[in-house]
Formats: sequence, structure tokens, C-alpha cells
Amino acid sequence: MNKGIITVVGKDTVGIIAKVCTYLAENQINILDISQTIVQDYFNMMMIVDLSSTDINVTEIIDHLDSIGKELGVRIQLQRDEIFDSMHRI
Amino acid sequence: MININEVVETNQMILEDNLDVRTITMGISLLDCASTDLKTFNQKIYDKITKSAENLVKVGEDISKEYGIPIVNKRISVTPIALAAASTGATDYVSIAKAMDRAAKEVGVNFIGGYSALVHKGTTPSDQILIDSIPEALSVTDNVCSSINVGSTKTGINMDAVRDIGQMIKKTAYLTRDRDSIGCAKFVVFCNAPDDNPFMAGAFHGVSEADKIINVGVSGPGVVNKALEACQGTDFEHLCETIKKTAFKITRVGQLVAKEASRRLDVPFGIIDLSLAPTPAVGDSIAEILEAMGLEYVGAPGTTAALAMLNDQVKKGGAMASSYVGGLSGAFIPVSEDQGMIKAVNKGALTIEKLEAMTCVCSVGLDMIAIPGDTKASTISGIIADEMAIGMINQKTTAVRIIPVEGKKVGDMVEFGGLLGYAPVMPVNNFSCEAFINRKGRIPAPIHSFKN
Repeated sequence: MNKGIITVVGKDTVGIIAKVCTYLAENQINILDISQTIVQDYFNMMMIVDLSSTDINVTEIIDHLDSIGKELGVRIQLQRDEIFDSMHRI
Repeated sequence: MININEVVETNQMILEDNLDVRTITMGISLLDCASTDLKTFNQKIYDKITKSAENLVKVGEDISKEYGIPIVNKRISVTPIALAAASTGATDYVSIAKAMDRAAKEVGVNFIGGYSALVHKGTTPSDQILIDSIPEALSVTDNVCSSINVGSTKTGINMDAVRDIGQMIKKTAYLTRDRDSIGCAKFVVFCNAPDDNPFMAGAFHGVSEADKIINVGVSGPGVVNKALEACQGTDFEHLCETIKKTAFKITRVGQLVAKEASRRLDVPFGIIDLSLAPTPAVGDSIAEILEAMGLEYVGAPGTTAALAMLNDQVKKGGAMASSYVGGLSGAFIPVSEDQGMIKAVNKGALTIEKLEAMTCVCSVGLDMIAIPGDTKASTISGIIADEMAIGMINQKTTAVRIIPVEGKKVGDMVEFGGLLGYAPVMPVNNFSCEAFINRKGRIPAPIHSFKN
């Protein structure tokens, strides 16, 4: 499976998850898992998403999520999951 | 499945602790570009370099974006030009350096290495032409890097070349005097130079390598430094375990990037270079790691032991994280590229002699050290000979990248810009070694028994 990790870091505001999820749904990106935590007073959310059904190029999704983040005043990042797997799993 | 704490940890390393992949370096063989005509040779190498590396920068940028990890440099290394160009019969190789420079600019890489010669046993006419042309080549090009291997454990040290290089470095400094003698920052002299080093200025594509190869240099002093913050007052076992685990994580990212770059470029993966490479950025410093271990300033007694331990743990952690390890694989201690080193020099804690001692325990060499412009050529050759002897006897790679900055005195500041940073001019021991350096011939290969 072609998986990605979306992270949202910043000050919590209304509608962050809604906005991200709407964009993902419109583009056939399935959410596999969502979790969130507070680190150093910052809202941290993580979504594991399946990128195998979408027609859009990963770099375009990265740019789009980045612009949603800028609108909301938070940092939204999509990364391919292999970077986390290689660092944290033997 | 990956959990949120692991994701946060990785992203903090990248965003706050300067974790990056320092370089993806594509090695390209130029042996098949041989020609009896210099113009044809230049065209052939330009064509081969630009065709082989046409997607290198794009692929590096894509990987960087998709994984969210900065890849600082995309670079090229080529077959030592003294070998590749020997058949041209030319008497001057500067036009080759210009062709390399044009090719580097065309594909968008920031350095191209391999304006090099391997003279550890003897010097061919082609090697001599190359050495003589280095000052001009480095003054008329922007992105070309040059290196000469003058010694090895198996052959000894070519002292004729060491003598020539002392004078050649002075000439390079003079020709680039309007830019703080920056030409010397693009030249390095080696003992036991590796064929697969991805780091500049010493990268070249060795003759034992395949036609093309991808080598990757990892980095991450900031990450190690951060991890050590949690080790205040702990014992050595805990300290070493922390460094090892951190090195493992850093190197795994390098391995991922290397494999992915290799797949996308359809060029075989060569090696990961397990080097902690600092940058002038605050917090991205080897000196600060040593200080976090408990030294007031780098250079204080205990520095050599701390560096030896750091290097060994980085290798132990990194070796398991990568399928192939090679290159230089040792912590770099460049003065100008490391805030902590600069600070220690300014405090009077760090001298060239201490840096030399540090290179005995597997850092790579005397790197990016600015010295007074009026230092004699024979003194520079003496410094080089000392460093080469350390490499030869200890069966390790050692290197010297030293800049006798034209018109500058001890204590002056020199600004190289960008990744090359800035450096205070350091004092050298000026007692003469002229009669020693002026002897002809080689230092014989050392005996490998009776180790003491």
C-alpha cells in the first residue's frame, strides 16, 4: 500500500480536521488512522492515509495541504511513511 | 503501525535539530571519454556528465519534498582527470576544468569533484600537468573541486608531490586573493583517499567503481547534540548507547534516500558515508557535541578521547542502519564550518596542533583551517607531511584543506560564504622544516608489525 502520514502542528482552531478531511475525501484519499496529542502546548495531529486510489501526484497534494495549513495558521505536512518506518522499525 | 510520538520525534529532528541528508553524489566514470584530441575530450566529458546527471537535482528535490527531509547538496564526482585526460597529450588541463564547471552549472549541482590525481607512489606527466594547473583551474571556475592523493599505507608518501603541493597551495591562494583565497577551500590533499567519498572537496570517482554510482553522505550533529542534552551526568555506557541509537536513526534516513535516489535515477547504490558533518548553522556543530559531553571548550584536555568515542559510536550505530558503508565515515572537524570550533579558536582553546591530534582518532583531517598568508610553502608542506604520516601509519584516511589567506594575519576573520562558512586566521608553528621538505623522493611504506 502507498501510505502517507499527514501531520498538523499548531494552535488548535475550529475546523482543522473538517477542512483536511473534506479535501482528502474529494480526492479519494482514505484515512486509515487518526491520533492527536499536545506537545509543548502545541496541537499535534497525525493521520495515516492511503494514497493508492488517488489520481493526484503526491507533490501536488503536499502543496495543497500546505496552502490549507497557511489559511488556518497551522503547519500541515504530508510525508511518505517510509521515512518513519525506516527510522523507527528494524 | 507508526505512532504519533515517533512521527513527532522525526519531524522535530528535521525542523529543530537540523537533521538533513548532506549530499547525494553521483559518481561518473570518464574513462570511456578518452581521446587524443583535447577539444573532443572536453565535449565528450561535458556530454557524458550532463546526460548522466540530467535528472539528479530534480530527483533529489522530489525525494526531499515527498519525505519531508532536506537534501542539502546534489553533487557529481568524476574519474580523476589526470587519468581520464592522459591520452589527450595536452600540456594544460584548465579547459577541462572549465568543461566540468559548465556541465555542473548545466545540471544545477553546486560542486563537481575529480579534478584530481593519484600520485601516492609516483607522478606521471599527466599528473604533473594537472597539479601545475590547479591554481588557475580553481581560480577560473566556481564549482570545480580538486584533490590529490599523495600517500597510502601500502606505498608510503610521495614527498616530491608534498613539496610541489605546498607551493601550489600558495599560488592558488594568490590567484584567488580577491575572494579571501577561496580557491584553497576547493582543494584537498589526501593519504589513503577512498574511491567512493561523496563529500567535497575530496570526492572523485575511483577507477575501481562502476560506470555510474550513487553515494550518499548523511549528517546530523544537531540531532546527536540534542540527544546528549538528556545525558547530563550519566555514565559512559549510557552516553555511548544514546549516540549509537541516534546514529542509527540518522543513517536509516540516509539509506532510504540513497535507495530511492538509486531507483529513480536507475543508477546503482554505492555506499552511505557515516560522517557527522557540521554546518555553520547554530546548533549543527561537532564541537558542541564534544562540549555537551563535558568539555568547557573543544580543544581542552579530553577532547581527543571524546572525539574517539563519538566517532566509534557513530560507526557502530550507523553500520547496522546501512547495507553498504564507505567513503570517509568519520566526524568532520572543519574549523570554518562549525560555530563551536570557531568559538574555541577565538577563546584560545583550540590550536592546529590539537586539531592534528584529533585527526589521529578518526576524524578525517585538518579541514578548512585559515592560516596567515605569509606562511612559507615549505611550512605548508610540513603540515601536510605530518598529517599524511598519521594516515599512513594508522591505516586511515587523512586529509589537509588549509587556506593561507593572502594578506591576512593571525586573528583576522575570513569569510568564505555559504556552507564553507567563516574562520579566524590561526597561528602556525613557523620554525623551519625547509631542509626536510627539500629532500627528494618518497617516504617508504611502513612496516605493519611491531605496532606501538
